[in-house]
Amino acid sequence: MLYIKCPWCGWRDESEFGYGGEAHIKRPEDPDALSDAEWADYLFMRTNPRGSHRERWVHTAGCRRWFNAIRDTQTYEFKAFYKMGEEPPGGEQ
Amino acid sequence: MSESIRQESPLVERNTRARHQASPANAGITVRPRPFLACINLRGDPSDGAFTDAVRGVTGIDLPTTPNTVADGDQWRALWLCPDEWYLVGAPGAENDAVDTLEQALAGQHFAVNDVTSGMTTLEISGPRTRDVLAKGCTLDLHPRMFGPGQCAQTLISHAGVVIRYVDDQPTLELMVRRSFADYLWVWLEDAALEYGMAATE
Repeated sequence: MLYIKCPWCGWRDESEFGYGGEAHIKRPEDPDALSDAEWADYLFMRTNPRGSHRERWVHTAGCRRWFNAIRDTQTYEFKAFYKMGEEPPGGEQ
Repeated sequence: MSESIRQESPLVERNTRARHQASPANAGITVRPRPFLACINLRGDPSDGAFTDAVRGVTGIDLPTTPNTVADGDQWRALWLCPDEWYLVGAPGAENDAVDTLEQALAGQHFAVNDVTSGMTTLEISGPRTRDVLAKGCTLDLHPRMFGPGQCAQTLISHAGVVIRYVDDQPTLELMVRRSFADYLWVWLEDAALEYGMAATE
């Protein structure tokens, strides 16, 4: 069981949270200008790193806020938690 | 309007006189339903002075902005739910007038006021084994050093979403639960408290 720190509520059990996949994926500003391949890339293609992964979580059973986390996909260790709109700690990866 | 509608607690078939009489004398927990408490879901921007002033004018409360805290007024209590959402809890029957006055006071602003009284019910749980029983289904640390006066928290008790509020150091804790989950929660409490004994009271 993971122990997750909601930026608002603090440390809570994993059972209170939902997982939202990779973070910092920006919706294209003009979808009509995209080719099918580019649109498919936006919709479906995700990085699958071994190591640090920036991802979204939602505190479903608590304050229902979405936030971001950096988690190591090998060890499951969380490196950081930060609010939506905030820059990821450690800069761009 | 509400005078013409007969209200019925979702626990009317559980919290019976027979159940009270069957309650053990040295029960580890005592459950006291508090049905029909007025409950208003309020949303707005707490950094907007016009919003907080208007809410203070109606309820007498400075809305809490620290996560998972409670602010008490004379007639209303505000529970923090998220950065822009609160429950306002008051005496049974107070919800209709409060919704009207809040909507008038906030007119023209960006806000939401919704009466959720009939969707929620409240259980007060007290007694020496209160924390032991809740620990069987709740992952929060309810020890007083972690969960004390002025605090509330939204969490799960055996899959049922609840708002837990610290009441006093008896200990007494208050559970706000959706009325459709109230019966489930009662039955779960009875099972969890089997080894300690559970009393029920009005």
